Amino acid sequence: MAWFTKAQEAPLRVPTEALWNVCKKCGAYTPKDEYAANLKVCPACGAHGRLSARERIALLADKGSFKEIAAEVIAHDPLAFHDAKDAYAQKVAATREKTGIGESIVVGTAKLDGIPVVLGAMDFRFMGGSLGSGTGERILQAAETARRLKRPLILCTASGGARMQEGIVSLMQMAKTCAAIQRLRDEGLLYVSVMTDPTTGGVSASYAMVGDLNIAEPKTLIGFAGRRVIETTIKQKLPPEFQTSEYLLEHGFLDKIVARKDLKAFLAKTIRFLTAAK
Amino acid sequence: MATTKKPTAKKPAAKPAAKPAPKKAPAPTTWDTVQIARHPDRPLLIDYLAAWDPQANELHGDRLVADDPAMFAGLVTIGGERVVLVGHRKGRTTEEKIAYRFGMANPDGYRKAMRIMRLAEKFRLPIVTLVDTSGAFPGLDAEARGQAEAIAKNLADMSVLKAPIVVVVTGEGGSGGALGIAVGDRILMLEHAIYSVISPEGCASILWRDGKFAPQAAEALKLTSGWLKKLGIIDEIVPEPKGGAHKDPAKAIETVKQAILKAIRELKKVPVEKLVEQRYAKFAAMGRFAK
Repeated sequence: MAWFTKAQEAPLRVPTEALWNVCKKCGAYTPKDEYAANLKVCPACGAHGRLSARERIALLADKGSFKEIAAEVIAHDPLAFHDAKDAYAQKVAATREKTGIGESIVVGTAKLDGIPVVLGAMDFRFMGGSLGSGTGERILQAAETARRLKRPLILCTASGGARMQEGIVSLMQMAKTCAAIQRLRDEGLLYVSVMTDPTTGGVSASYAMVGDLNIAEPKTLIGFAGRRVIETTIKQKLPPEFQTSEYLLEHGFLDKIVARKDLKAFLAKTIRFLTAAK
Repeated sequence: MATTKKPTAKKPAAKPAAKPAPKKAPAPTTWDTVQIARHPDRPLLIDYLAAWDPQANELHGDRLVADDPAMFAGLVTIGGERVVLVGHRKGRTTEEKIAYRFGMANPDGYRKAMRIMRLAEKFRLPIVTLVDTSGAFPGLDAEARGQAEAIAKNLADMSVLKAPIVVVVTGEGGSGGALGIAVGDRILMLEHAIYSVISPEGCASILWRDGKFAPQAAEALKLTSGWLKKLGIIDEIVPEPKGGAHKDPAKAIETVKQAILKAIRELKKVPVEKLVEQRYAKFAAMGRFAK
């Protein structure tokens, strides 16, 4: 039987994956071009797929308006970290190569529906969007640029949390980014945190949660501790909706859940209302 | 076996006390330090308080939902100095350990800490925080009540708090749960304390795919006071009695007290606005590397 099914499957598999997106949540097949046109949202179940930093910026910034800052700040290896298999320095160099970005966040100045803003977008492909020293420094520079130019700051998160391979230096980026954002907010400037799938660990416990507005995309994983860690600690099963954006909204930690197709318009409308920007 | 390429990650710090050692004991490994930091007889917050101020005036509650016993907050006199003190509380007996959730605070604990620290700002008192936790509590209620938000808010608020803040990492500095009360002007760390983004066990189970490689992970994470001083994360190493604070708790507790008092005296000379500026510059510089 096996030889028969294998022979049937082999030629079919390649075109399937090349032409169709298979939804990770509901398993629905969507033609790739249709999926892209739908902003990588599954038309069947509404699951929001992950966007790269560049795709996120293209979604929010007016065409041609994005000017990257702090691009020269790249990941460092403060601990000369080496695990069972790999040296971190090599891993991060390979990641830079693969993704074409220097760190897990890309930040810059942009116009959003004509409004001058400072915009940052994390990229989950870059070491799980983890918070490295370069990420922290880029965020600090974004916040300081927003402060200098008196512009709103928008950060879109997508991260598994702190970057283990940078050890304590990674942990300190949580304090560093929060400090930079607090200074911005103390000067009456707006900071909007847009949480996308996933936003967990040290990133959820720092700049993602201190927005004047905390926004999230639908069905986004947001939480501090990992699901398995919690289940082991409290010895009980967690409800399926636990740590979703809907769960956080219900518990009072989100201002709103906004679907991807409405995100830009929502941000423009809200920024205009609060800051009277033209 | 995994870290054969970097045999240097031992103990870079100069040991002030133990220079002319007559017998040559093997140099302690990072894993030895982890064991000392977690030693059952190591002085805990409750021991420091008992020694410094038996009349310590504990204050309770976050004014929202609960009082978290895993976080102490109160008004304490240390060597004649009135301070607001917050810190992770671990227990010594089994009953205490359970009651204090093994020193792992809930969001209510972080919010209480912040509420009491605000009193220091209002009444111009210095703040002392004692850090000793394996991490923030990973629980259903903790997530439902916003563990992430509670820690994040503390990081932001402490960065601009108008009061001198002395942080002392006394035992385990575990990740975000430690950092949630560890933003300050002077970061002190006991010689054999540890401070890390993740526990060696957690790191090993992810990057080595097996928790039993924790000793290797501990080396790689460079979580000792000597390394943290080198990396510019802490300001001062507080020496411990030979073999660790548990060998002579009274002496260790007194040394910590003197280190705190010295730091407070220095910080009090600086105008508070300048302190806040310097605090920002200090954290902004962390992880900024020359090319």
